[in-house]
Amino acid sequence: MTQPSLLSRITDYANRADPYPLYAELRRTPVLHEEEGGPYVVGSYYDILGLLHDPRVSSDASNLTAAGDDDLSGPEATGLPPSFIRLDPPEHDRLRRIANSSFGPPHRPHRIDSMREELAGIVRELIDGLGETRQIDIVDEFAYPFPVTVICRLLGVPREDEPKFRGWVDPLVASLDPDTRKNADDEFQQAAQEARMQLGMYLAGLVEQRTKEPRDDMLSDLATSHGADGTMSMMEVLSTAVLLLIAGHETTVNLITNGMLTLLRHPEVLQRLREDPGLSVNIVEELLRYEPPVQLVPQRTCIADIELRGVTIPKGSRIWLVLGAGNRDPERFKDPDRFDPDREDIQHLGFGSGIHSCFGAPLARLEAQLALAELARRLENPRLVEDPPPYRRNAVLRGPRHLQVTVDGIRP
Amino acid sequence: MPAEEFHEWLRREGRIVIVGASLAGLRAAETLRAEGFTGSLTLIGDEPYEPYDRPPLSKAVLLGKASPERTDLPRRREIDATWRLGVAASGLDLAGKRVRLADGDEVPYDRLLIATGVRARPWPKEDEAQLDGVFTLRTRDDGVRLHRRLNASPRRVFVIGAGFTGSEIASACRDRGIAVTVAERADAPLVGALGGVVGSVAADLHRENGVDLRTGVMVTGLEGDSSGRVRAAHLSDGSVVETDLVIVSLGATRNTDWLEGSGLGAGPRGIACDAGCRAFDFRGIVTDDVYVAGDVARSPHALFGYQFLSLEHWGNAVAQAEVAAHNMISAGADRRPHLWVPAFWSSQFGVNIKSVGVPSMGDEIMITQGSLAERRFVGVYGCQGRVIAAVSFDNTRWLEFYQRQIELGAPFPLEYPTVDRRPEGRKPVPADFPDPSLPTHGPTVILSGYSPADRRLVFTPGRR
Repeated sequence: MTQPSLLSRITDYANRADPYPLYAELRRTPVLHEEEGGPYVVGSYYDILGLLHDPRVSSDASNLTAAGDDDLSGPEATGLPPSFIRLDPPEHDRLRRIANSSFGPPHRPHRIDSMREELAGIVRELIDGLGETRQIDIVDEFAYPFPVTVICRLLGVPREDEPKFRGWVDPLVASLDPDTRKNADDEFQQAAQEARMQLGMYLAGLVEQRTKEPRDDMLSDLATSHGADGTMSMMEVLSTAVLLLIAGHETTVNLITNGMLTLLRHPEVLQRLREDPGLSVNIVEELLRYEPPVQLVPQRTCIADIELRGVTIPKGSRIWLVLGAGNRDPERFKDPDRFDPDREDIQHLGFGSGIHSCFGAPLARLEAQLALAELARRLENPRLVEDPPPYRRNAVLRGPRHLQVTVDGIRP
Repeated sequence: MPAEEFHEWLRREGRIVIVGASLAGLRAAETLRAEGFTGSLTLIGDEPYEPYDRPPLSKAVLLGKASPERTDLPRRREIDATWRLGVAASGLDLAGKRVRLADGDEVPYDRLLIATGVRARPWPKEDEAQLDGVFTLRTRDDGVRLHRRLNASPRRVFVIGAGFTGSEIASACRDRGIAVTVAERADAPLVGALGGVVGSVAADLHRENGVDLRTGVMVTGLEGDSSGRVRAAHLSDGSVVETDLVIVSLGATRNTDWLEGSGLGAGPRGIACDAGCRAFDFRGIVTDDVYVAGDVARSPHALFGYQFLSLEHWGNAVAQAEVAAHNMISAGADRRPHLWVPAFWSSQFGVNIKSVGVPSMGDEIMITQGSLAERRFVGVYGCQGRVIAAVSFDNTRWLEFYQRQIELGAPFPLEYPTVDRRPEGRKPVPADFPDPSLPTHGPTVILSGYSPADRRLVFTPGRR
């Protein structure tokens, strides 16, 4: 019997709970290319880092010789023009700069930090809302609703519209999951399509409103941008807003859920966090290395032949960068399979690197830090109901679908 | 005593003296302790302050965003040292292994590290340099004084020299709405460091931001009023610029005067040392107990034709200090070479400029990404068919790739396509450096700092 290819084992759902032994195998073949037309898969830290900074590597799907039959490397399925995550410079730079002028330094250095209290409030409300229950699904009841609410506040969706907004986002996000999509019936597809339309129309209306009466929110800023980079068109505003929504959603859910799961597997760290919420900063960094929410970057291609470790990756090939494998590379990290929040040398690939390095990183960090610290403080004697928990099918945005936890109570 | 035993003794109870209590000195001291040195450690510094960071002095401090008194360098660890601050070293007795201090004291050593750095080159005409309102910018005290003067709303600031420091000062003035004239002997700012192609972009930046930039001129004299305050600068084209404040940024002078007659290979170009940071004596014989690190060092670099490079770069000071400290207390085979790829950054007129490699060795430049006209680009310098350096304007995130190409000795020109390659970037053009035999106000590889947040590891060929 022939062994199935390593790549198919990596994407095989059966190995979702623990892909790390497969990653170790991957690193033994620096550039893995198992079948004609398949992607070139790279899993060593320094090689990934090199490719993330390589100007011969493109994020623009139109540079692919042929899109793969996998669901990971095709164009975005949003029905909007490509957002900056799927563009190369100079378009990428222009759109990202405009978006950033409303999000971070140098123009808005306080945008995220000034949301700290508000985020803490959302976390508090979500935990308060758990009530008297003794069993919680960390995903459905906490990690999932949290980032949508945050993104609503960031974009400037009025509070009264938040439930409506979430009603559209849920099927939209679900429909982006390749496995959900594969198994979905017509009714589901239709609902997703409908949600996408409704959301688009709603956002367009909101953008129009904010153009006339700008407020202190990102939609207003994007709609009225007028710096050296000019303005974003309505479609660009929409695709940027949807990008922030989608990219900032499942990733954050997974970061928080992977975090809680890892803490429950390392009760001594959970205890330390309970006593010292400040430890959440180190914990989140180590989590981004140890269990990164984005396991691999499947959307790159090269616009020239690239020689890497003696292998020529031909122009137009699909390149997969397995961040989760690079983060556990013993060539880079000492004792890489150990979860160690006291680690000092921790330049992980969790947020990628280079020009596409995670736009929302400062927000994601803050969300996860606040969420984990508060969960640690308030959940009394939390225990995992099953280990490993059931995972989402997605191999790229990897994380538990549910995380059932029993508690003795919830502290005020 | 056999070498191994000696080093064991040295690590345990040797006496190490570091002359120069700034970035390189501090990081060396920390590395010594981190590597287990338990003997006595003395830091000697001529300024009265504990080690502080200099890059902010020409940036955030001038903008009023940081206080000049509060740029202390963060400490990595306790160093348990004897500090001799506010007293300069005045001489070295190589044979007797003693450092002489300006106050007459002598400090004996088993190992010495010299990290005395550089000082700002003053205005050469002494009486004019003494005028009230004529400044250089290098130290914290300079920063405090200049900051105070800028706060007093000068009608015009006059900057002599459009290198990195001069350009940063001009940028800060414009940010604060202060009128500023910059006089530069070359045809554009930054020409010595980056060549004429990039220099012309820098010139546009100056002018667009309202700097009165005068190129191809020399300052022939500074004029004071009856009360000894500077009031005007006279230029070689006959023009006169009225000003209340003159900032002389004509590069730096190495602090090696105190070593005159010591027998060490020290001179105006620095102190020559080997790749392991050991100083040469004047005969060209390497010492084994005197080490050098930071701006004052000149060491041969294998990647750049074994030329002796002297680098005024923040990152170099750190990396070289670490190597020097390691080698001071290690026996032969455990020693490491200092193979840092030069890198520096500057921020001016809202643009982030960063460079890797040695641009001035390049004879051609190729704009591989972005465009000069948009002031967002990566330029790659070639020398004899290989990539020797790269510079970016607001395109920092790509530079790691080009650094690797320099390390690999990759071929130039770059024949392969890159994202955002414009028609202008298809062919290399002459990089347009001034004739190196002409006097310039700067060293070959220049200036400014290197972001602490962006600190690089020491380059190691082949990965550990």
